[in-house]
Amino acid sequence: MTAQSSMEERLDDLVDAIEGQFEESGIAYELNRAFGEVTLQVEAGDWRKAAEQLRNHKAFDFEELIDLCGVDYAAYGQAERADLDIGEAGKRFAVVCHLLSLSKNVRLRFRTFCENDPPMVASLNPIWNAANWFEREAFDMYGILFEGHPDLRRILTDYGFVGYPLRKDFPLSGHVEMRYDAEKRRVVYEPVKIEPRVLVPRVLRDDNRYAGRAAPESEGG
Amino acid sequence: MAEIRNFTLNFGPQHPSAHGVLRLVLEMDGEQIERADPHIGLLHRGTEKLAETKPYNQSIGYMDRLDYVSMMCSEHGYVLAIEKLLGIEAPIRALYIRTMFDEVTRILNHLMWLGTHALDIGAMTMFLYCFREREDLMDCYEAVSGTRMHATYYRPGGVYLDLPDRMPRYEEKASKWHSEAEIRRRNDARHGSLLDFLEDFCERFDKYIEEYETLLTDNRIWKQRTVGIGVVSPYRAKQLGFTGPMLRGSGIAWDLRKKQTYAAYDRVEFDIPVGRNGDTYDRYLVRMEELRQSNRIIKQCIAWLRQNAGPVMIGDPKVAPPRRDEMKQDMEALIHHFKLFSEGYCPPPGEVYAAVEAPKGEFGVYLISDGANKPYRMKIRAPGFPHLAAMDEMVRGHMLSDVTTMIGTMDVVFGEIDR
Repeated sequence: MTAQSSMEERLDDLVDAIEGQFEESGIAYELNRAFGEVTLQVEAGDWRKAAEQLRNHKAFDFEELIDLCGVDYAAYGQAERADLDIGEAGKRFAVVCHLLSLSKNVRLRFRTFCENDPPMVASLNPIWNAANWFEREAFDMYGILFEGHPDLRRILTDYGFVGYPLRKDFPLSGHVEMRYDAEKRRVVYEPVKIEPRVLVPRVLRDDNRYAGRAAPESEGG
Repeated sequence: MAEIRNFTLNFGPQHPSAHGVLRLVLEMDGEQIERADPHIGLLHRGTEKLAETKPYNQSIGYMDRLDYVSMMCSEHGYVLAIEKLLGIEAPIRALYIRTMFDEVTRILNHLMWLGTHALDIGAMTMFLYCFREREDLMDCYEAVSGTRMHATYYRPGGVYLDLPDRMPRYEEKASKWHSEAEIRRRNDARHGSLLDFLEDFCERFDKYIEEYETLLTDNRIWKQRTVGIGVVSPYRAKQLGFTGPMLRGSGIAWDLRKKQTYAAYDRVEFDIPVGRNGDTYDRYLVRMEELRQSNRIIKQCIAWLRQNAGPVMIGDPKVAPPRRDEMKQDMEALIHHFKLFSEGYCPPPGEVYAAVEAPKGEFGVYLISDGANKPYRMKIRAPGFPHLAAMDEMVRGHMLSDVTTMIGTMDVVFGEIDR
């Protein structure tokens, strides 16, 4: 139990440090603390600058980039995806980092929403070299462009793949299927024949047990 | 004068020492590597996309199939993320069972790593030894979950079943392959419960580690192939996002089991080994010591589990299925069962990141919930991914034969890297 309370204290210190330091350098930010985790959100324009501070400033010392991924918020809060409404020009793609400070033993979630069409944000590769493949993956899965990335190629999908598979408007079974054609003696691609189906429908329920916990200020345990 | 050109060499994707399906494009200057470009994704199954289309509980089975040599540790990461989101904690007995099986998994993983790593570098015997011991541990998996590998044993709120009182035995009948005496010998340790069987294994295992070490640690050939190969400085290890033995091999004492403790790790005693030089040999020594420490943790868990009975699953019927006999009597229980298995549960909106110290490093699951019965987004942070990303940096300037050493020391498994 002592370990947990001291984690809370460390997060308190982190929040104080962010408030002090970002105020000083004039970076607009949004802080959210829930489930015992801290999320820092900045504008896409400040992405690189804020990351540099988090990496290099003594008050933060986030030596490791643990994870970086894209998120598509197009269908957030919608029950089924058949009637997906993408048209709204708003904030759709986000890039989320999970940072870890080994010396301070604290984690931070660091997020920005990309500028739309095409979604673009500065690369963090020069700050944390671990970002290289993570950004390639986010580009592969969501089509997010990282400005200044040395080698932005697809990474997980097939050679010659078209589309961005983790976007919410990409069907689960994809667009093409592949088989070996004995007559042509090579592999051929054809449109998928699988009928899309939903086994368990997606439902949203308001659970009054969580009524207090969903608030942004709440503390998880 | 003849023109001198660099070779481009294709390594894999079907190469026995590529540990799965890795395609490496190597630019060579004679036998020296100038640049390595790993092509991954040949095992990409879209686990994250699949998880978005299923209720939370139905994705636990996918976790086993990520890192298919450390199955339960991946489950643990996912289950912890759901528990954090729901705000529940498993009962203490379940925490000890999880700790014990995490360590069984760590031994399983490190034995697989040791066997294949040694085989790649030329030590054939290790492979046979390691697989002999893995067999016993897989029997533990089977006794507790019914399957030898893909267990789906951890559930949000605890574990599926309590430990069995009886260990399955071989049929006592001579066959074409085994005599009756041989079968009796194999059944010797199986007359008691699972804990008896595991304890018997733990007693033997320390001696087995000695055996492995006699074969390798001071072996001249082994040292020639590993000392000074693939050196990573502490600064670079952090820059490249290393975790687990890869980070500890470079001399940084970082272990989530100690630093950000979970399950029952704060109630058991163990030490964290660290390397000094950050080369392949140090990472080997770190993992060997981890085998000993895991064995030590398992022994403590066995002792505790023998003393303390109790529930292994929380009583919340919204998350845990009701008992079978309750369902026959109680209407409520039947409704809960139906609801849980058809629709699942809806956690509150929000986002969590939960990480465990998997044998290969930090395995993390990032979940975003919008209040639905399926995750809105799930990101799996596989430890092998950033390790393999460092391939280019680590093999530069080394010889072609060191590529297999490097793949071995990273302990890569493509199930988790390609997801």
